[in-house]
Amino acid sequence: MFENLSDKLQRVFKNLRGEGKLTSENMDVALREIRVALLEADVHFKVVKQFIESVRTQAMGEEVLTALSPTQQVVKIVKEELVKILGTSHVRLRTASEPPTVVMIVGLQGSGKTTSTGKLAKLLSKEGFRPLLVSVDVYRPAARKQLSVLAHSIGIPIYEGPAEDAAQPVALARGARREAHQAGRDLILVDTAGRLHIDEELMRELGELKTLLNPSEILFVADAMTGQDAVKSADEFHKQLGITGVILTKMDGDARGGAALSIRQVTGQPLKYVGVGEKVDALEAFHPERVASRILGMGDVLSFIEKVESAIDRQDAEKMQRKLIENDFTLEDFRDQLKQVRKLGSLESLLGMMPQVGILKDLKNVKTDEKELTRVVAIIDSMTASERDNHMIINGARRRRIAKGSGTTVQDVNQLLKQYTQARKMMKSFTGGLPGHLGKRLSKMKLPSLENLLRG
Amino acid sequence: MSLLDRLKAGIQKTRAGLVSSIEDVISGRKEIDAELLDELEYSLITADIGVRTAADILESIRQRVDRHLVGDASEIRALIRQHLLDVLQASDQPPRRAAEPPTVIMVVGVNGAGKTTTVGKLAYRLRDQGHGVLLCAADTFRAAAIEQLEVWAERNSVDIIRQKSGADPSAVVFDSLQAARARRADYVLVDTAGRLHTKDNLMAELEKMRRTAARVVPDAPHEVLLVLDATTGQNGLEQARRFTESSGVTGIVLTKLDGTAKGGVVVAITRELGLPIRYIGVGEQIDDLLPFEPEKFIESLFEN
Repeated sequence: MFENLSDKLQRVFKNLRGEGKLTSENMDVALREIRVALLEADVHFKVVKQFIESVRTQAMGEEVLTALSPTQQVVKIVKEELVKILGTSHVRLRTASEPPTVVMIVGLQGSGKTTSTGKLAKLLSKEGFRPLLVSVDVYRPAARKQLSVLAHSIGIPIYEGPAEDAAQPVALARGARREAHQAGRDLILVDTAGRLHIDEELMRELGELKTLLNPSEILFVADAMTGQDAVKSADEFHKQLGITGVILTKMDGDARGGAALSIRQVTGQPLKYVGVGEKVDALEAFHPERVASRILGMGDVLSFIEKVESAIDRQDAEKMQRKLIENDFTLEDFRDQLKQVRKLGSLESLLGMMPQVGILKDLKNVKTDEKELTRVVAIIDSMTASERDNHMIINGARRRRIAKGSGTTVQDVNQLLKQYTQARKMMKSFTGGLPGHLGKRLSKMKLPSLENLLRG
Repeated sequence: MSLLDRLKAGIQKTRAGLVSSIEDVISGRKEIDAELLDELEYSLITADIGVRTAADILESIRQRVDRHLVGDASEIRALIRQHLLDVLQASDQPPRRAAEPPTVIMVVGVNGAGKTTTVGKLAYRLRDQGHGVLLCAADTFRAAAIEQLEVWAERNSVDIIRQKSGADPSAVVFDSLQAARARRADYVLVDTAGRLHTKDNLMAELEKMRRTAARVVPDAPHEVLLVLDATTGQNGLEQARRFTESSGVTGIVLTKLDGTAKGGVVVAITRELGLPIRYIGVGEQIDDLLPFEPEKFIESLFEN
């Protein structure tokens, strides 16, 4: 894909080490690379221009810190500047002084409004709100049905309205407000139809809804993959409606999300949430640091750490460690461990989150064999409980049965058993030589936190 | 309205953007200088053509200027037009059709690109041409996606094969193709779930659907159309690359061209991957899907 900005700057500054200052000549070359990186990330042309100018002013004449290479220094300046523009981290939802608080979700077609509405309802209900959903998208076929299916799946009430209102956005909105009052809901999330910012009639409809509902928040949903047009649509929505925040969707792909910078710059409104997956809980608070790293193509270590921590149960990990030390590590434990690794997602996507600098750079060329993992899990799944508990009983006949059951060959089963016994043996040599009480003490030691391990 | 008029009307805004800015740049100036080239770069990049492709185009112009082949700023328009046309025509090729019906067309893309709407409009086109069409609701994942396609089936009065939400999409493909053979349908349009191209398991699911289709109808799917939202930026290229790898994309449908987005990334896509653009979506009406014709497309872009 794109060459990393750090790599490019590394080349630019190859000969700079030793010189005392960032000069206008070497900065010019560096700024050109930064410009290309930002344009490739879909930041708008004019926003890039402004940005480059402010970085130039910042960087010019600054002493090269001894601790940092010129590359690191420039990246640091660029990143700090990006974070500054992207805004402070999570800005809380504005609420009405008198409930219910109304939040309108607006945006272009296909940006992810309905999905985001469902996710936001789930997130806010966890924060203690009692949301009521309503879809006023009377245009797209089955759009209201879509929100209704989502609402049922997350167990949050939705106002469906009488059949005669099925084509009346304003009537639906009014009904929802009445319903919220009666049912004591303190938050109404209004999913609106996707529309082009140049569609006067539909933009007028949004204005009417705004007047009627007096929303505390109007959240503009923007697709992270949006290109240069992001400034136009965001600007137009903001001018006509006065948006109060942005939800950036589809950030689980590999788009660099430069649109975030453009939208922020042109509307001045904060980015509030980021959509990171297809599941209903895949909506996160916005972190400017992360998006800045991403725009620069520098990986996202924090997201990686969070992902590891959320997927791996600490208690399980400690239990596993004890088992390893007491040499009580069965095939079943082996499988559980593999499954935990898989929960993190594909190995390649994990590697993609790592910053691609230094030693880690070569990691991106590692071909990870996902199928191998699946095969091993299938083989262990095909064993009986007693076989998993004690691999010694697995004789030729059992091996044939296991191979058949898992769709593999006897050779595959043999290989797995060999790897497993080798691993056990290796662990034994680590702990077995220790006097009994020391081994036991080791097993009670606390695991260093994953975060420290990764940072270390 | 004639086809050309509708095409023009639909991409009026696109035109207004790209053309007017190029016209602005060119009008009232005779000399070609660095400033002019900078402004041209602005027009190309803000059309999402991409910083590399824009640089290539400008480089070829710069070379001609240096060799004194272009003396007048007004010639630049013709040059850019020719360059874009060359790129788009290079990948033009006729669509594949089955020797013996049904022809199977699979529609793929990221979430929210407009796949279901495209399937609905394409069904209308094919019906209008007198073909028997059958829709296959293989998006069993997104809430109410099947219902959305059912509405389109009703509007077009064509058959739809569906299963329960959450069913294996390959199973729906299998059923649909069998039904299409039994009912002697000419075309099967397979609506798939939106997926990000970075999700390996979901991309593998597309491969499986392809294999399943080929088991029922030899050579199926005959066409795999990647639906691309015109607002998409440089990520569009990566999308096209990954979808082509896993599902063998044979053409592009560029949607939402009725907005202000210019969809310039398709130039980079056709240039790098040689994929033809089959249709463009220019509105929300059932007949707002038009065949893409490189010459007419660029003609409309540069017409006054």
